[in-house]
Amino acid sequence: MYAGIDIGSRTIGLVGLSGGRVEIKELLDTGFEPLDKARQLVSEKYRRVIATGYGRHSARADFAHGVITEIKAHALGASHLFPGARTVLDIGGQDTKVILLNDKGVVVDFQMNDRCSAGTGKFLDVMAGALGYASVAECGEAALTGRGGIRISSMCTVFAESEAVSLMHKGANRADIALALHASVVERAAGMLQRVNYQPPLVFTGGVANNRCIVTLLADKLGVEILLPPEPQLVGALGAALAACNQNNKANNPG
Amino acid sequence: MEYFDFVVNEIHGLRIQELQEHKKSGGKVIGAFCVFVPEEIVRAAGGICIGLCSGIEIGTAEAEKVLPRNICPLIKSFMGFKLAKVCPYFESCDMVVGETTCDGKKKAFEILNDYVPVHVMETPQTKKERDSALWLEEVKDFARLVQEHTGQNITASSLANSIREVNEKRRALLRLAELRKNDPAPISGKDSLLIEQIAMYDDVSRFTAKVNELCDELEQKVRVQEGVFPAGTPRVIVTGTPMAIPNWKVPHIIETSGAVIVAEELCTGLRYFENEVSEGAGDVESMLKNIAGRYLGINCAVFTPNTGRVERLVELVKDYKADGVIHCALSFCDPYAVEANRVEKVLKEENIPLLKIETGYDQEDAGQLKTRVEAFIEMLG
Repeated sequence: MYAGIDIGSRTIGLVGLSGGRVEIKELLDTGFEPLDKARQLVSEKYRRVIATGYGRHSARADFAHGVITEIKAHALGASHLFPGARTVLDIGGQDTKVILLNDKGVVVDFQMNDRCSAGTGKFLDVMAGALGYASVAECGEAALTGRGGIRISSMCTVFAESEAVSLMHKGANRADIALALHASVVERAAGMLQRVNYQPPLVFTGGVANNRCIVTLLADKLGVEILLPPEPQLVGALGAALAACNQNNKANNPG
Repeated sequence: MEYFDFVVNEIHGLRIQELQEHKKSGGKVIGAFCVFVPEEIVRAAGGICIGLCSGIEIGTAEAEKVLPRNICPLIKSFMGFKLAKVCPYFESCDMVVGETTCDGKKKAFEILNDYVPVHVMETPQTKKERDSALWLEEVKDFARLVQEHTGQNITASSLANSIREVNEKRRALLRLAELRKNDPAPISGKDSLLIEQIAMYDDVSRFTAKVNELCDELEQKVRVQEGVFPAGTPRVIVTGTPMAIPNWKVPHIIETSGAVIVAEELCTGLRYFENEVSEGAGDVESMLKNIAGRYLGINCAVFTPNTGRVERLVELVKDYKADGVIHCALSFCDPYAVEANRVEKVLKEENIPLLKIETGYDQEDAGQLKTRVEAFIEMLG
């Protein structure tokens, strides 16, 4: 069996492949000792483990046989689930990435946010807290009931939080503010997609793809169908598992 | 390579001692920040010209007393070095020469002049005939000023001598650059950059001899196909803003992510040593003209348009058999950050992969940069 492990800022995902079929799927919160958590997921039964995500290099130093970047991992995973996909939008815990693929599923270009968490899962997390929702999911559901009209102008997590707080003090409805915050994430993602002249079919991966409000707003904004994997948070791990399997085949059949 | 590692380890030791001895015997030290300042002229008048480092976050609190917070890190660095008085090179300078290669530096030199005498050379913005005339006047003014400062006259023989010496330094660096066309590359980009950075402050003839010795060794390695990375390692050219000592941030990320840097289309790179000053002129006047001509040929983003840079870059990709280009602009560097679009346009037409990076001297974005660089190298491989 081959495994791919995606050690991200918020979650650690593992996918085990055997005979081209997904046999094992695991997802854990990253917590405070990512490498320990990751180690719990791997075992002797995997012939080859490829790591991706922020913790990839620590994993290679410890147990993994190789690494690939999140960009390649999401490209591989998304093309496997949706053959012919030309663009992948991945919004994770602290990064947003747009990956362009050619007709063979090979990465031809990509964009990634520079350094701050604006418009990522972390942004939604902080905002859910600021608005007093118990979880990002609850905040997303509430946003679906919100009315439009409010605009959050700041992309920065810290500034947007103070904007939301001052809107609450002015008496604005919580769900309306939640909607505006979700719209600002969509605005940023759509801008990134348009900057690189993205082509459909478009696959949306990463934890934020679980957020129905974001998906709905994004589909409206772009006017294209958004392809959603059944488990968007495991696409990176799936891609890494596919890489583990491919590398093994290549090693056995050189040339 | 031991010599260059030694020199950088002794950055605040031996070379400073040499500068102090030069000053004790009445010599002058002139500092510069830019490859437009003609070293030949300083040397011909008995002075020593040194490139001042500004490649690290230092004295930031001091610098922010006189500069805005959002400004190019190189400008903030040199101001920080001077205000915090922590750079023995800066403190050894009798005069500093600035230029007008960007608005930030141009205005910052007015402030710097409060702390050390600064002479500003006006670098033109275009390369028309009247710009050449202006630049020649600037070069002549500089020659006059340096002579007043050192009290030594520039003679036809002293200038011919310094032109020859500095050309020899350029030739040695070019010889090193040529060797990097080989696959496997006989030397890493990080080591090469270090040598290119040291070129700006080390003793000219000793440095030249040491670079040539290194090239002899590397030729040996090329003969037996020994490289710093295996043959077939993806080859990258870096282009953009200068990487002043000790800024090795992006090259380090690149060369620990599975690629080798084979050339620097940078001021701390090819722009510093490509093209020589023509030798063979008989009088000071014609020599100054040749000097002005050579320096105006530099493809700095201050010029509009600066098509020469992109044309050269495309040639370099072919000559050095590079698989891709990484464009590095320092944060808030408008000339290079905006010009990146021109570079992107042409490279796209030529089907040359490009990664654009904008970053400063801090390390907070190192994780994301590493992911981006690795993904780019995956794309090349």
